Amino acid sequence: MSTTDAKRDASKAEPAAAEKMTGADMVIQALVDQGVEVIFGYPGGAVLPIYDAIYKQDKVRHVLCRHEQGAAHAAEGYARSTGKVGCVLVTSGPGATNAVTGLTDALLDSIPIVCLTGQVPTFLIGTDAFQEADTTGITRPCTKHNYLVKSATSLPGIIHEAFHVARSGRPGPVVIDIPKDIQFATGVYEPPKKPSVQAYQPKTKPDMAAIEEAVEMMAAAKKPVFYTGGGVINAGPQASKLLHEFVQETGFPITSTLMGLGAYPARDPKWLGMLGMHGTYEANWAMHDCDVMICVGARFDDRVTGRTDAFSPDSKKIHIDIDPSSINKNIHVDLPIVADAGEAMKAMLDLWKARKYKADAAALKSWWAQIEEWRSKNCLAYKNSDKIIKPQYALERLRAHLEKDKRKQFISTEVGQHQMWAAQFLPFDKPNRWMTSGGLGTMGYGLPAAIGAQMAHPDGLVIDVAGEASILMNIQEMSTAVQYRLPVKIFILNNQWMGMVRQWQELLHGKRYSNSYTESLPDFVKLAEAYGGIGLRAETPDELDGVIAEMMKTDKVTIVDVRVDQKENCFPMIPSGKGHNEMILSPDAEKFDKKLV
Amino acid sequence: MVQVGRKKRSKSVYAPNPLQEEEETHTLAILVSNEPGVLARVIGLFSGRGYNIESLTVAETNHVERLSRITIVCSGTPMVIEQIKAQLGRLVPVRTVRDLTVEGEHVERELALIKVSGAGEKRIEALRIADIFRARVVDSTLESFIFEITGTAEKIDAFMDLMRPLGLVDVSRTGVAAISRGIEAIGK
Repeated sequence: MSTTDAKRDASKAEPAAAEKMTGADMVIQALVDQGVEVIFGYPGGAVLPIYDAIYKQDKVRHVLCRHEQGAAHAAEGYARSTGKVGCVLVTSGPGATNAVTGLTDALLDSIPIVCLTGQVPTFLIGTDAFQEADTTGITRPCTKHNYLVKSATSLPGIIHEAFHVARSGRPGPVVIDIPKDIQFATGVYEPPKKPSVQAYQPKTKPDMAAIEEAVEMMAAAKKPVFYTGGGVINAGPQASKLLHEFVQETGFPITSTLMGLGAYPARDPKWLGMLGMHGTYEANWAMHDCDVMICVGARFDDRVTGRTDAFSPDSKKIHIDIDPSSINKNIHVDLPIVADAGEAMKAMLDLWKARKYKADAAALKSWWAQIEEWRSKNCLAYKNSDKIIKPQYALERLRAHLEKDKRKQFISTEVGQHQMWAAQFLPFDKPNRWMTSGGLGTMGYGLPAAIGAQMAHPDGLVIDVAGEASILMNIQEMSTAVQYRLPVKIFILNNQWMGMVRQWQELLHGKRYSNSYTESLPDFVKLAEAYGGIGLRAETPDELDGVIAEMMKTDKVTIVDVRVDQKENCFPMIPSGKGHNEMILSPDAEKFDKKLV
Repeated sequence: MVQVGRKKRSKSVYAPNPLQEEEETHTLAILVSNEPGVLARVIGLFSGRGYNIESLTVAETNHVERLSRITIVCSGTPMVIEQIKAQLGRLVPVRTVRDLTVEGEHVERELALIKVSGAGEKRIEALRIADIFRARVVDSTLESFIFEITGTAEKIDAFMDLMRPLGLVDVSRTGVAAISRGIEAIGK
């Protein structure tokens, strides 16, 4: 059979009743039925039958990444930029273990991905066979759920259930470990059906009594603040619209976690900026001094709360979360509401309007006056230079260019100082446009995530704001970007240091810079060219605009090597173990209590 | 430990950290789908998050629907106990989590097999005490007995304390099985 015949043969794969097919074909059929268009992966011995099935069809497009970690992050980027489930295909043993970082990242940031891993044939499991690893054992703590498939007949049901589990409730990664003999074995395919009552069905509808109480607390509030997180993004674009309406309706100030950026437009005056360790002065003080906190889809992470016994000591806290285990985990809350963020906000907003509640206008006025006073500190100010590029200035110029650009814009980041500066300085106006590793803090996340986003949005403008250390952790994905003609822009703030490590060493470890300086960095311009991409460099502030303008026009993967001030630190900063009211704005190391950090 | 916590607390001007509350012991009954790895998931959750298990028993109780019942005795502050229940509840194969300690009255039983070796007067004393505790002799040699005893964990502890000077050499305990009083069934 010729290739085209084979393709035609498989694409007509409308499953006739009781028609038998191989496990590998079932995998493809199930992916198609689950609406998967793109799968990120890397082949190997134990998944060859599935790769053979991929070869024979044209419904699911396979993107060959250069490392399984890259494939997992690419699926995350795809999932976060589309709201759909991302899909990964890797082989047994090292393929699966390489994907573990991506799975853990997706677990901590609640990103829905389904990862198919090959496994040695059933009869070899447990014999320390070649490329055997206990994948379900290894991935049990870093997935929402996982499966080891024991028969071809159970395979389609497991795949459909995996997608259901990945996307329902609090989303997360699911692994399906498929032994090679199951991929060859035949069975009857079953299309997806509605999950049974006993299957996994998390609660999404809020308790109306709690909604009523919440709205009353809000109406009585004198110093309220919205504190929102990634749960709003995960609840879909509708939830972001509701949030916007709710904030406008009440006139309350709003801050958000790193994960929640984009759910509320950053240009609105009600927006206080991000909160937390490197959040704004006004956001953190508003959290500390508020009397009613409305937390929507955020989880009181330690990078947000600082010292927990100093966290917002005088407030009543309303916590909306779809995951009951997020409630009262780190911070005791007064009113928990277990529900989908969108459904809970809709119920609250409807009730607020129906009962014609009004916020306490006089109290709110003086609260806003206090907030404006904090805001006037202008906490993100930095001392610019005309000789040396300040990283903040580079991002401000990038922002200026982004604001002029008409394309759909997607920003990913790596992890470190540049990530925090990106969160502080770039414009976030829409959900599903911002991809960063929040919970796990995975260096090397940004480039593959950008690749995933660009695959989903071929006409979008996708920029990975990177550091020179992080980017090297998954630099091999340059090759992926070149192969699939993905014009991802990599905007490296290159200070030759692991910036955040150096910052902590400077402030907390007596300026003993242990192993945070990178010697022998590659020439990033030549590196980009070696991969077949475009390399640009800016070394002085006056070169910056020209280089960014050129970057915006390129039609293939582009690295921009921005040589920035090596000594710049990221402020404001709440040293870990300190309260929101102990934030520092300037690099005065003497103010740090070293023992507490 | 608690003293240290209190001392630290008194320095702070803020409310006490809820994590420094007194520890409690709770008995949880959990109904799970009996699928491969389910026990590893439950145990991994405890070890991964640093929770304490004092006893754990498991067996399939519904062969038609393939449901297993796990009884866990665990300890922690009230906030930790709430977390344990919520974390168990979000495992995909977990159907029901019940905290028997707080949800009305319940009955707890444990079974132990206790081997006592000895001769002469000690041997007779062991039999006499076993009779008081309603322990049954399930095996005997000329130098040893195996007693089977059922009761609360405290009763078994007490029996073992008495058997120790009489030649206790080996113990196998099942861990606690527990069930709520009244007409209601778990998962209903």
